[in-house]
Order: sequence, then structure tokens, then C-alpha cells
Amino acid sequence: MTALRTKGTGERMKPRNVSRAAGALIAVAATALVVVSIIPAAASAGRANGGLTPPEAGAPVATSVGKGEGKLNLIAWEGYAQPQWVKPFTAATGCKVNTKYAGSSSEMVSLMANGGGGQYDLVSASGDADLRLIYAGDVRPVNISLIPSWKNFQSFLQSPSFNTIGGKHYGVSFEFGPNVLLYSTKTFKTAPTSWSVLYNKKYSGQITVPDNPIQIADAALYLSKTDPKLGISDPYELTQPQFNATVALLKQEHPLVKKYWDLASQEISLFQSGTTVVGAAWPYQTNTLVADKVAVAETIPSEGATGWADTWMLATKAPDPNCAYKWMQWMTTPQIQAEDAISFGETPGNKLACPIMDKLQKGSCEAYHANEPSSYFQSIKFWKTPLATCDNGKNDCVPFQDWVTAWTSIIG
Amino acid sequence: MSTTAIREDRSGKGMARVSAALWRRAWLRATLTLTPPLAWFLVIYIASLLLMLVTAFWTVNPFTNVLEHSWTLANFNQLFSSPYPTIILRTVEMAAIVTVTDAVIALPFAYYMARVASPRARRLLFTAVLLPLWASYLARVYAWIVILQKGGTLSWTTSKLGLGAVNIGYTNTAMWVVFSYIWLPFMIVPLYGALERIPDSLLEASGDLGARAWRTFRTVVLPLALPGIIAGSIFTFSLTLGDFITPLLVGGASAQFIGNVIYSNIGTANNLPFAATLALVPIAIMVIYLLGARALGAFESL
Repeated sequence: MTALRTKGTGERMKPRNVSRAAGALIAVAATALVVVSIIPAAASAGRANGGLTPPEAGAPVATSVGKGEGKLNLIAWEGYAQPQWVKPFTAATGCKVNTKYAGSSSEMVSLMANGGGGQYDLVSASGDADLRLIYAGDVRPVNISLIPSWKNFQSFLQSPSFNTIGGKHYGVSFEFGPNVLLYSTKTFKTAPTSWSVLYNKKYSGQITVPDNPIQIADAALYLSKTDPKLGISDPYELTQPQFNATVALLKQEHPLVKKYWDLASQEISLFQSGTTVVGAAWPYQTNTLVADKVAVAETIPSEGATGWADTWMLATKAPDPNCAYKWMQWMTTPQIQAEDAISFGETPGNKLACPIMDKLQKGSCEAYHANEPSSYFQSIKFWKTPLATCDNGKNDCVPFQDWVTAWTSIIG
Repeated sequence: MSTTAIREDRSGKGMARVSAALWRRAWLRATLTLTPPLAWFLVIYIASLLLMLVTAFWTVNPFTNVLEHSWTLANFNQLFSSPYPTIILRTVEMAAIVTVTDAVIALPFAYYMARVASPRARRLLFTAVLLPLWASYLARVYAWIVILQKGGTLSWTTSKLGLGAVNIGYTNTAMWVVFSYIWLPFMIVPLYGALERIPDSLLEASGDLGARAWRTFRTVVLPLALPGIIAGSIFTFSLTLGDFITPLLVGGASAQFIGNVIYSNIGTANNLPFAATLALVPIAIMVIYLLGARALGAFESL
């Protein structure tokens, strides 16, 4: 049984079974991020004027993948280095894999300090940590043409702004997932078309949303469409008035919420027991509930949704670059993409993984949205760290630390 | 003296001399024995507490998120701004209610165990009280989720009894029930110890002097049990004060405890100084509580 997981802008736990429950709990609250603003400030500036370059932008990239060094040291989310695909990798390449599991994006960033310290080769960083690693010079560009599967990736994951700067790829995208609207089909005969159901008094005491400051972005995304006067263009870049309006909406929502969930298993049991009928969720919960014959379905409402995306990034001081390239090649193959998608409960970046997913578990490709048209993926706003120095050029956005404080007062 | 014995011990002459020196100087022996545990205590425990105290006066730069070692009372000011007073009050309130609940349940139970039950029944009851402690804290909290949630054991039972479905899952009531259950053994055991030590002769004297059962209980048993209740309450109170897992698992939408806020400030916001400030709150509350307990004479029998 897969039970406990939590995820946040950064802090995510991805345990796969109940025996890891204790660990999951300790790392429980999901979430995230430390805003190293100076670095992301540079990032924003770089995007805005194209003038600033990451420290390692000029680092030479490999032109071919040589013989493996015999070992590979990873920093990864738990569940990303399952024996199921690590063993055949070692057998095929001779690279013995050592994995350090990280509990949060902050932990990943600190483990990767000083270019991985000459110890680590790769990190499976999430979108919110990527720019911090890039602008700190802890990761360096990779030669994307050495990753054959890359050309089969969903186009929006090939060179996303969170891991590709100035045409240089600081790693290869891996897998991703949307934050969807989960609803009981007993209560809703047709799929809700708007996130407004989460703010509707009609469902008072039957609503559940994640206990995670990044949830503010979900509300901001909703307001960006329903209250154009506020002028929200990016849910992660909010000026103080925009931020205040979003927090006010969430405070209104508070009395309607039954439970702010910290673990996926909590939301699953809330829907199983019928305590809640609508909430924000991941496809993982939907699929688990549907497999349990609970009358639920998920949708991405008209306002769109937020989501997460992970990247395998190459440490600046990677001691085993050949094995690292072999790993990036291996992890992006359709077979492994499909295996990870099913084992972990997320969506593969490689488009060719879909038929293999269905072969491994019937209907799983559709369940995890791997076969959706590109318009579906365009509707997902991927997590990134809220920074004071946002793209509007005025440096007047609300930084993540304030998001955390505001979240405490919302659910307080 | 043992000098001849020492001289004869050729294989370990040095060792023998050392042990002789230690034998002659008791203070040295005591110092050497106590230094490692004391040093450990000072370095690991006291030093980390002091470090926390100091950290509480620092801040984190909101832009770089780097710790700034400049002295400020900003964190303490924040402590008095919304929503923290509510959260602190909620935590203390819950700790107090849980403590009273446990004391009320534990008193007759421990009295029966200590003074009424046969030795065999006493052993059985002891096992029953301590057995849950063998199971994981988490497993027990999860068991309560199953009991309390909608359509769970509790609402099923009450609806079968014609009382209507009782749904208290994910509320503060649920937290109260779970906390009271989880910390109950910590109240029963010290209370049992206190009640067991009451000499029979005192009860007999009270009876001989004309006091009825209730009066004997009120004027003899209760005062003598008080140190036990207070010892137990220190456990139940401080354990509730510091918990963050039960609020997280069985609490509702407004279930943040001090521990939850500390956790999110360390894990999510990476704001160690404010987390340290918050961590001082339960310590301060416990100090006040212990001083109060001492004033009530709880430690006189130690």
C-alpha cells in the first residue's frame, strides 16, 4: 500500500509504503524553500535583460560519454532510485549507485553546496531549487545532445526556464505532476469548471486543501482569472496588494475547510470516509481512490492549475561525469520513465513512455495524463520560488518567507 | 596497607600505582567518574539550550535568508502579534484540559490498583496500563483516526445505539480525546506510586476518628496523592505542550500548536531564530508550572 507522502515547494517526502510512515511524519509538513534572494535576483535579472550569466555558463561540456567511473553518487527524492531500475543500470554500465535521499529542496541545495563538494554527481532538484543551484554555480551545463531521449520529451519540458538559461541546459528534465481539483462524483454530477468550489460556502466543512504556503499560488491563480482588476499575471510573483487580496481570500476560505492535509494518505482517508467532497490534490490521490472504488474524479478547472517538475542536474564538481551522463540517459528512456511514473505516481516527461505505462499497468497513461494534448500542459503553472525581485522590474514582490508567515496566520 | 600488594604486581605496576592514587583521593575518583557524563550533559544539553536562547535574539535576512548575528527583540515582538497568541493559548488550554481529564480518570483507577485490587489483578491492570506504550505512538494515533472519522467506529456505535452519528473526527474535541488517551499512563503510574505509599494506619485512624469515606478521601488521601498528581501532570502537560503530530493528524482546520509553528519555521521558512523564540515559550511555561508545583509542595517528598 502506498500511503504517506507530502510535497511542497521544495519540501517533499516521497515514501512509498507504510513502513516509512514514521519517517514521512517527521518530515511531514510539506514545503519549502528558502529564498536565497540574491541568487534568484540574478536569475530574474538574467531573464529580464539577458545580461547576467550563471557562474558555470562557460564551463566546458562533454562532447562524448566515456567509460564509466564505476560509481555514481546521487542526491534524490525518496523513490527516485528504486532497485527496480538501479540494478539493471549498474549491470549495464558498471556504475555502482549510491543515493542520498533528501527531505526538502533546502536540504538538496545545502548538500549541493560548493558544486556538490566533489562528492555528489547528480541531484533530482525540483523547479523551485533549480535557479538557486544554477546561480550559485553548484551545477553546470550538460550537452543535451548526449541524451538521446531528450528529443522525445514533452516540448514544454525540453528547455524550461527553470533549468535552461541562455540556451544552456543545466540538467535534463525528469518527471512532473499537476495539482488538480479532486471531487466526489456523488456531490458533483458534472466536473466543477472553476476552483471557486473551494471558496463556496455550500461545501463548508467538506473542503480540504494542502497545508503548504505554496497553496497561496493556487488562490492567486484563481484570482488572476476571476478578479482581473488585481492584475496578477504570475501566481508566484505577487505585489503586496495582490498578495493581500489572495491572503484575504484564503482567510475567507478557512472556516469552510475541514482539514489542511499534510500527507497524501490523509486526503485519501478524508475522501474515503466521505468527510470531504472537494479539495486540491495530486493525481496520485485520485488514482488511489479510484482504485479503491471511491466515487471521485479529478479535473483541471478553467483557471488552470499549479504543478511541480523535477530535473536531474549535474554537479559542478561531479567526480563521475561519465556515469552521470549514463544515468541521465537511462532515466529518460521510455521504459524507466514509465516505471518511475507508476511507482512514484507522476507524469513522465518522455512522450514515448505512454504505451509502456499501459503495458505495466492498464490505463495508467491516461490516469497520469501522459497522453494529454499540449494545451493541458500549458495550463499548468509550475512551482517556482516566490522572490522579492520578480520580473516586473520593480523588485516589489512578496518573498517566500512572507508567504510562510501569511500561511501560518491563514491556518492559525 | 596495600603497598606490598602493589609491589608484587609486576605486570601492571603503572596501573596499580594509578589505582592506589585514586583509592587515596576520593575526590579525584569522583571527578573522573562524573566528568564524562557531566561534560556530555553540559555540552549537549545545556549548551544547545543556551544556543537556542541566543539564536532567539538573532534574525534572518529576508532577502538572502542568511542568519544575521545582530541583537534584536523583533522575534519576541512577533510572538505577541497575531496569530501567535491564539496558537500559544490554544496549546496551553489543550495541555491544561488534557491534564485535568487524565487526573480525573487516573485517580479512581490508580486508587483501585493501589489499595483495592488483589496482587494478581494489580499485575493485570499494570500490564493493561503499560501495554499501549509498547505500540508506536503513530499506530495509536492512526487507530483513533479510524475510530473518530466519519463512518468510523464511534459514529457507527452511537448510531446503532440510536444516539445519532457522532462525528468528531478532525476537530479539537478529537485532539482532546486522543491526547487524554495517549498520556494517561503517564498520569496513572506516578499517582499509583503516591497512593500506594499511604500507610493503612492513616486511613484507619481517620475512620476511627469518625470520618466517613468521602471525608477520609478528601482530607487524607487527596492531599497525600497530590504530589503524584502533580508529578503526573508535569508529564501530561509538557508532553501535550510540545506535541505536533497529534494536531497534525487528528486536528481540524484550526489545530496549529506551538510545535507545528516551530516545525514550519524550521522546515519550511528556514527561520531558525523565530523557531528558537517559539521554542522558548513551552520552556517558560514549564518553568512557571514547576515553580507553582513547588509552591504546592509537590517536590517535598522527593
